[in-house]
Amino acid sequence: MSERQNVLHVENATMQFGGVVAVNNLSLEVNEGEIVALIGPNGAGKTTAFNVITGVYQPTNGRVSFMGKPMICNHPRGKMAKSYKGENGELYLHEHTLAPTPDHITKLGIARTFQNIRLWKSMTVYDNVITAKHMRAKQNVFSATFRTNRKEELRMREETEALLREQDLWQYRDDLATSLPYGLQRRLEIARALGTSPKLLLLDEPAAGMNPQETLELAEFIHQVREKYKLTIFLIEHHMDLVMNISDRIYVLDFGSLIAQGLPSEIQSNQHVIDAYLGVVEDE
Amino acid sequence: MSEFISNNLPYLLAGISVGGQYALIAIGYTMVYGILRLINFAHGDVFMVAGLIMVYATASLPIYVSIVLVVVATVLLGVLIEKVAYKPLRSAPRMSVMISAIGVSYLLQNCALYFTGGLPQIYPEIPALTKQVVIGSGSTKMVTLVTPILTIVLVVALVLLIRYTKVGMAMRAVSKDFETSELMGIKINNVISLTFVIGCFLAAIGSLLYFSNYASVIPTSGAMPGLKAFVAAVFGGIGSVPGAVIGAFIIGICENIIKGMGWTAFSDAFTFVLLIVILLVKPTGIFGEKATDKV
Amino acid sequence: MGKKLQAAVPAEKKIGNLIAVVLIAALYVLLYLLDNVLPVNSTTTMLIPVLQKGAIYALVCVSMNLLNGFTGLFSLGQAGFMLIGAYSYAIFAIPAEQHEAVYQYFEGGAIQFSIPQVLGNVLGESGGAFLGAIICLMIGGVVAAVFAALIGIPVLRLKSDYLAIATLGFAEIIRALFMWNGLGRITNGSNLLRKYTSFANMRFQVGGTVIKLDTIFPFLIAMLGILTIVLLVNSSYGRAFKSIRDDEIAAEAMGINLFKHKMLSFVISSFFAGVGGALLAMFQTTVQANFFRSTMTYEILLIVVIGGIGSISGSCIGAFLYIACSEWWLRFLDSGALPIPFVGGEIPVPFFRDGFRKVVLSVVIMVIVLFFSRGIMGDKELSFSGLIRKIRGKKEAKAAAQAAAGEEDAQ
Repeated sequence: MSERQNVLHVENATMQFGGVVAVNNLSLEVNEGEIVALIGPNGAGKTTAFNVITGVYQPTNGRVSFMGKPMICNHPRGKMAKSYKGENGELYLHEHTLAPTPDHITKLGIARTFQNIRLWKSMTVYDNVITAKHMRAKQNVFSATFRTNRKEELRMREETEALLREQDLWQYRDDLATSLPYGLQRRLEIARALGTSPKLLLLDEPAAGMNPQETLELAEFIHQVREKYKLTIFLIEHHMDLVMNISDRIYVLDFGSLIAQGLPSEIQSNQHVIDAYLGVVEDE
Repeated sequence: MSEFISNNLPYLLAGISVGGQYALIAIGYTMVYGILRLINFAHGDVFMVAGLIMVYATASLPIYVSIVLVVVATVLLGVLIEKVAYKPLRSAPRMSVMISAIGVSYLLQNCALYFTGGLPQIYPEIPALTKQVVIGSGSTKMVTLVTPILTIVLVVALVLLIRYTKVGMAMRAVSKDFETSELMGIKINNVISLTFVIGCFLAAIGSLLYFSNYASVIPTSGAMPGLKAFVAAVFGGIGSVPGAVIGAFIIGICENIIKGMGWTAFSDAFTFVLLIVILLVKPTGIFGEKATDKV
Repeated sequence: MGKKLQAAVPAEKKIGNLIAVVLIAALYVLLYLLDNVLPVNSTTTMLIPVLQKGAIYALVCVSMNLLNGFTGLFSLGQAGFMLIGAYSYAIFAIPAEQHEAVYQYFEGGAIQFSIPQVLGNVLGESGGAFLGAIICLMIGGVVAAVFAALIGIPVLRLKSDYLAIATLGFAEIIRALFMWNGLGRITNGSNLLRKYTSFANMRFQVGGTVIKLDTIFPFLIAMLGILTIVLLVNSSYGRAFKSIRDDEIAAEAMGINLFKHKMLSFVISSFFAGVGGALLAMFQTTVQANFFRSTMTYEILLIVVIGGIGSISGSCIGAFLYIACSEWWLRFLDSGALPIPFVGGEIPVPFFRDGFRKVVLSVVIMVIVLFFSRGIMGDKELSFSGLIRKIRGKKEAKAAAQAAAGEEDAQ
């Protein structure tokens, strides 16, 4: 596994809101072609970690590299320098601060979905996907308005059609995104994320609200997506069946800190993890 | 320094006075925003209507009866606006409610235009307020002295009400979380009505003081003081009563000093420069609380 | 697959576009007749200004809708940008010999030429007026857009209602700036700008006859502007704007640069507001900063609401309806008497006096805002292809029903 290229590398990431440390000194790696899961009890800081990686929040401290290049870097500054409660606060003091906006990160090749589906409500299924293509189109506002970008627009449409057909959403193309049943909305959100042509896909609880049958299908679907689009996938999930089924490796977060990492079989027997979940794992 | 103060004393006094009047309007904005998250664009016009009611009431009634009438009528108008124009839109998007507020503002201005025929209405003299008093080297109207004192008394009363009464606690709860407050058995509609009652009561008092300083009322009289009061509310941190009052005094004083320096054309513009600066530097205002969006 | 897609451009869309083009052509023929052939009587003297102003307001409302309806930015700066457009237009279109009179308090002003005149030296008077006016309109738009870009840098970072109040504030600052005597040599302080090229100058001498373009001119400019916005809204950028309106966080996560796109929408909207303001200056023949108060922005916003937020055709319909009502059809409400239709004569009504029209209008607006908040069109567009599809759909449904009925009969 080690000879694979490193896609995402989070080092010593700490996110502190006021006095609350939501993510503490988190370090993890995701390699090319892997499916890696981030699990942990509610409020462990999983979504915050995602928000740090995708640029929604600027980490208080730490560095995130993508495809071997530093992408985000920060150290505690200003008032935070005094009230900083995390570790390794001095590590990135002299490094170049990097704070790209989420759209910039998406452009680099990281796409995500959201825990509580965030589709564009008044737009059709088709428009939801084609809008994700906007970022990579070679055009400007004049060429787009006066239709001198026909080639580019046509390419966007072809790709959108192909993507929607592959995801079995083509028959819903003219429906409003929010009129789809829940499971399909989840799938549409993944299709939209794929529309940005990512290298790394972040899925935030893709199985939330699904029944066991749908969850099973989702596992299959995630595998397919990885094969078809040559993707690396990093996901947050609560469904232990799903996580154990699809993940190559697992990271476990509790109270913002990493408590375990390893292969699914290792995690299942890890005492720290069992303690953290207090029997939740057994229920599953 | 002392020379600067003595030269600018009239402006400073006028500024404190106008600031107090803005403060009385600003409280209405800040309380409504705190609870409904709505910029009540019509509030400045309610203030103007209060001025007009005074004009028409004194035509046939003794002055002190008129004052009572103005206060009562303004409060009723405010509650009526809330019931008719805002309450039906409680679950609508915020933009709709704001548009409704703009619609009410437009309606009030047009009604005022109709009733006044577009002519400035001479504001009646309230003897206790328009009497000249001598301070130091100059003289000024009594209202200049009354305003800051009255403002502070009313604000202290209001802050005590919010902090120490059951109703005040309900108000604070509703402004924190609408739905949870309702679940806890707070009658939110009553709380909202009360907010409008307080806001309009203070606006009515403000209008008595404000127009005593100016000769006449026109349909657009409320627009500019309204906007400035809103800026004051934002400056102080929207939702915070003391913040709004401090913001209003700062704006009133700065505006008059700018006038004193001969930049009258920009005295209005200054307010908005201040607004934009504060929104960029500290969007939550001086006393505002930070709110974050959850992703 | 490319071929399949091109074939997928539906026939009804082509027919629909054709119908639209034919109707627009017919409209311009009618306008030509109105300007040149129809007799001047009480109806046409009312109709022409209503149409002129309606077209101008349509452009301004559509530009506001681009911002509020399609990008979800609640901006209230429209009157400010119209003011900039109107002034930029007027300043460059006042004939040189009139400067002394117009800028009488400012030693004849700083700018001593007029673009229509400069061009007139080459193209002849009417040609110069026409082309010069268009160039000055563009200047109006560009200056407004430049101001918007500068203002946008700080304010577009603000959230919904703060943006509203900040743009409203900027409009006030702009008004104060233009009325400031310090800039009097350019803006004429708080005095009127007048004598510049107006719609009445849009007349061409062909042979012995004069061709008037009084009404066609604003329609032409407004249509070009609205068409551009329609194309923009239906382009890749339009989709990006709508995604920002629907969910900013999702839009950003899908690679859409929020600031850049908001800025684009703001600048483009302000450009057309500037052009609209310049047209309004042409329409009124005089212009003064005090005319562009926040009430004007409110009025435009309310027209957008009447038409339907997020509908361009709605804004156009709303603009013409509103202007027709306020300038013409409801005039009688101000006149003191109720005219009796068809029979003639009047019934005196004492409360029908100055300003009653506006009261009625604002009550109607409030009713729309409260009970029909989707306005005339909602977020739908008037489209002929859609209409054809609907009719065809009904026919097909009918045919299917008949076929079904036939089958039943057979059984």
